[in-house]
Amino acid sequence: MSQPFAKLPAWADYGLLPLINLIVAFLVAGLVVLLVGESPIDAAILMVKGAFGSGDGVGYTLFYATNFIFTGLCVAVAFHCGLFNIGGEGQAYIGGLGVALIGLGLGNVLPWWLAFPLAIIASAIFGALWALIPAWLQAKRGSHVVITTIMFNFIAASIMVYLLVGPLKTMGSQAPETRVFGEGGQLPGLGWLLNVVGLNMRSAPLNISFLLALLAAFLVWVLIWRTKLGYEIRTMGFSPKAARYAGISELRIIIITMMISGALAGMMALNPIMGAQHRVQLDFVAGAGFVGIAVALMGRSHPAGIVLAAILFGMLYQGGAEIAFDMPNISRDMIVIIQGLVILFAGALEHMFRPSLQRIFQRFGRAKREPAPAVIAGGGQ
Amino acid sequence: MESFTTILQLFDSTIRLSAPLLLACLAGLYSERAGIFDIGLEGKMLAGAFAAGAAATWFGSAHLALLAAVLVSVALGLVHGFASITHRGNQIVSGVAINFIAAGTTVILGQAWFSQGGRTPSLPNAARFNPINLPGASALKDVPIIGPIYFELISGHSILVYLAFAMVPFTWWALYRTRFGLRLRAVGENPAAVDTAGVSVPWLRYRAVICCGVLCGVAGAYLATAQGAGFVKDMTAGKGYIALAALIFAKWRPVQAMFACLLFGFLDAVAIRMQGHPLPLIGEVPVQFMQALPYILTVVLLAGFIGKAIPPKAGGVAYVKER
Repeated sequence: MSQPFAKLPAWADYGLLPLINLIVAFLVAGLVVLLVGESPIDAAILMVKGAFGSGDGVGYTLFYATNFIFTGLCVAVAFHCGLFNIGGEGQAYIGGLGVALIGLGLGNVLPWWLAFPLAIIASAIFGALWALIPAWLQAKRGSHVVITTIMFNFIAASIMVYLLVGPLKTMGSQAPETRVFGEGGQLPGLGWLLNVVGLNMRSAPLNISFLLALLAAFLVWVLIWRTKLGYEIRTMGFSPKAARYAGISELRIIIITMMISGALAGMMALNPIMGAQHRVQLDFVAGAGFVGIAVALMGRSHPAGIVLAAILFGMLYQGGAEIAFDMPNISRDMIVIIQGLVILFAGALEHMFRPSLQRIFQRFGRAKREPAPAVIAGGGQ
Repeated sequence: MESFTTILQLFDSTIRLSAPLLLACLAGLYSERAGIFDIGLEGKMLAGAFAAGAAATWFGSAHLALLAAVLVSVALGLVHGFASITHRGNQIVSGVAINFIAAGTTVILGQAWFSQGGRTPSLPNAARFNPINLPGASALKDVPIIGPIYFELISGHSILVYLAFAMVPFTWWALYRTRFGLRLRAVGENPAAVDTAGVSVPWLRYRAVICCGVLCGVAGAYLATAQGAGFVKDMTAGKGYIALAALIFAKWRPVQAMFACLLFGFLDAVAIRMQGHPLPLIGEVPVQFMQALPYILTVVLLAGFIGKAIPPKAGGVAYVKER
């Protein structure tokens, strides 16, 4: 431990190490599959087939990925500021209120291409406001944002249950959901996009919010790495002391970052509500806010990584649903395990393999420079 | 007399509902006082409940169920320790991971082993922790006031409830009157000082994490074998987070933790009782509001409006030995 470690090359740091962590997570998940008496290899094949084997499979995979891109970005933006926003779930849930406002109020009046931008703004504002209080408490009162955002998830769930079984419920219906939105509250599908690559999508709900998610990912990249605000956010994340010394207002940055984070989570509501169900249902977020944590950790908080990680998790969601038909012992809860393992290995244990990897690289590098066997032996002891 | 009985029943269910919160809250107390934040109380409790349900089904013994719950919960606690103490990983990330692993694994294994949609079979009374009648409870039953209080409120709970409340003075004693407790508190405030005194910081923190695992396991066993009869999918339903809220509410102190848990348990009991019963003046309070109240109270507390909650100083920070 005392010897100084060589710095890893970028490709190993951002490619190899996450890959190793991911593989270990999947190996452990494979053990669970073995434990319930199924073959992990067959399960993996079924999963990939279910996710990419058909036009609908791809459509669903990307539909789920859309959710995870938004929530992944939400967590990542906060990460860059050194904040851990566990509240994506609640922010997305409340974001659904913004979508409902536009969908119910203007869905019958406006065409979708006018309602959509309004819904984007509304969902972002609702999500951002739900993140504002924890942000303010963190910045002003020093109460830990992790705890407050957890509490706000529960409060959000209570509010939404109250609204959906009460004021927002359709008259004369038992189901806790709003009425179906008018034409304008329904987003067009992306079947044509899949047709371009020769796939035929029939019933999958993939819609244009997928493109919005990709745009959001690009804009987050611009924000974090190409703007003054992004620089300040990263400075705060690296060293709050340095940021304070440089005259960056802690209060301002924390609040702005958390509101951007909340807005991204809030926009996630567009996809299931306006894109697929055309109404607000109970628990429409369905854990996507938490998947965002795994996605952000796996994507190492970089938008490109997040998009890839989100597609991977979309694949797990869609493939996981398909597996359940052939292997009744494996339900979608398998994904929750994988999600947990990815968070564990790519997040909490991210440094576990680093020392050994660094040692390997060090030895490898040294061997290249001085191919004398004595040095190699010396380095090995 | 009618309202007296109602109030007694309300307090009685308060005690039942508080017990798992209290166990989990004290579990978190050991861990967080030692500087290891633990979001994973929920997951450990859930895994413990599942282990208890499964073991009770197989062996038909409540005690083996308790043992299984404790073992599984401690194992998860050690994973948390391995990530956050040995590898100095982010404690919150690790806790979140444990919650997901527990939530997924319990359902998958439950379905694979028992094929009842993720639940374990209903347990017969022989495989559960049953209510205990304290000596003289039946005899004193008819004594006015004191009789019903003793019979309804104090007597007639399972052994785990008494254990939970007995853990309060024990924890107080362990924390404030033993060498282990002094070191435990010190390692949460200033690990470098503990290290300088020649005490191993990792080993101390591991012991705290194990204490936490044991109590979470008991809480889980209580849910599956005392309060309920078998494990049900997502049985903890956020109790781990309420316990965490109670811990903050109590400002990381054992006796106050008990009162915080009783308060949150009381809110729960009132919420259950008030369903469909409008209150005078206010009208019917939505159940959802009562359910959200513990969280709202905690946020208000965290905001510093009811005194300030100051966590252990070294909480959440991995200790790096100086070289």
